[in-house]
Amino acid sequence: MKPAPFEYHAPTSLEAALELKAQHGDDGKPLAGGQSLIPAMNFRVAQPSVLIDLNHVPELRHINKPNGAVHIGSMTLQSTAEHDALVAEHTPLLYEAIPNIAHPQIRNRGTVGGSLAHADPASELPVVALALGAKFRAQSAKAERWIEAKDFFAGLFATTLQPDEILTEIAFPTKTPRTGYCFTEVARRHGDYAMAGLAAIVELDANQTISAAKLVYLNVGDGPVDAASAAASLIGKAPDAPAFKEAGRIASQEDMSPYGNVHATPEYQRHLSAVLTERALAKASEGAKAAK
Amino acid sequence: MSQTLPISVTVNGKAVEKSVEPRLLLADFIRHEVGLTGTHVGCEHGVCGACTILFDGKPVRSCIMLAVQANGHEITTVEGLAASEDNMHPIQNAFWEAHGLQCGFCTPGILMTLVPFLEENKDPSEAEVREAISGNLCRCTGYQHIVDATLLAAKKLNEVAE
Repeated sequence: MKPAPFEYHAPTSLEAALELKAQHGDDGKPLAGGQSLIPAMNFRVAQPSVLIDLNHVPELRHINKPNGAVHIGSMTLQSTAEHDALVAEHTPLLYEAIPNIAHPQIRNRGTVGGSLAHADPASELPVVALALGAKFRAQSAKAERWIEAKDFFAGLFATTLQPDEILTEIAFPTKTPRTGYCFTEVARRHGDYAMAGLAAIVELDANQTISAAKLVYLNVGDGPVDAASAAASLIGKAPDAPAFKEAGRIASQEDMSPYGNVHATPEYQRHLSAVLTERALAKASEGAKAAK
Repeated sequence: MSQTLPISVTVNGKAVEKSVEPRLLLADFIRHEVGLTGTHVGCEHGVCGACTILFDGKPVRSCIMLAVQANGHEITTVEGLAASEDNMHPIQNAFWEAHGLQCGFCTPGILMTLVPFLEENKDPSEAEVREAISGNLCRCTGYQHIVDATLLAAKKLNEVAE
């Protein structure tokens, strides 16, 4: 239960970190909070030859709101975002989701960018990012680009980051008018990996009918699962129980293919997802009615 | 690849300087290099919470951190709680009085989780206590006495403060 040997670098600027990443490519594994990577190294499931510890790069820890999005530096601690006033006021979905990430001890080390780049299908932040349409800033020594959430996740524990790129910042769009949000999940114990869960977004028009909806699920596929046909079924309908039930049915039966795990069979994950869909849509719709 | 790096860590208020391999886990540094064996190592992959310490005042799991990452930082272990051998911390006293432990393996991690929790939550509910210790596994007590001890500790800390 001890990591295999590796070469350790702790750059103190983004420039130095990007140079190291350019030099080592896929062999140079960025170390963020280490709350998933170091357990994997303890098991020797992961044996990176070079670790690039990003904890001393000051450019990667910030939260600000330049224009229509809350920008969070990739090395911002989850516990920092959890208690941040900008996050609480402008990105309610993210604010509601963060306390569901593991335990306080983990959130005190775990980072927002680390969780997203790890791309665990059971984790909360990829679901939030995909639901909100967040943008990911990827930088290399030569260039930088912004990646849409739908293009960032590339299957189990995989992203479209290139070998010389580091995720430096994530832009979460701020809340919009007449829109409600809900994040909910079910775990065996608080903080455990959830058996099922989702982020729901509902927008109502002036007639109080649903004009836009988004439903994204965790732990029921290779990454965050966008239930597009379930969301489409809601458009033009009144936000009521029959509409929510039908959306839950479509999402759980048609939009997802859960694998099941030691705690829940695929059938049970579908059942939970359907029930949680109804609850999340009811709460998000109430939020949308209350939102100006 | 026998790279070693010099590190300087403040452990329970005392400066410790050592040269360590980058792959040395912080929990093992505390136990084997500093010699403080109160920090227990259970699952070694961040699940059981036995190795919880305070890192710059905040509870973290020392088995999923590298010792080199503590360079320049302050850590507090369970040995740093009591003022002296016969003058335990109020939380330790409460655990003693309310039978908050049986075998004691999980206790250091639970204490280090609860110290900052009770600083921020002066009058926690039972549900809040259960959530606070949800990241710490105990295989003896069934948790009831741990919850009782924590509520008693909150009371004791409030008395000390008054």
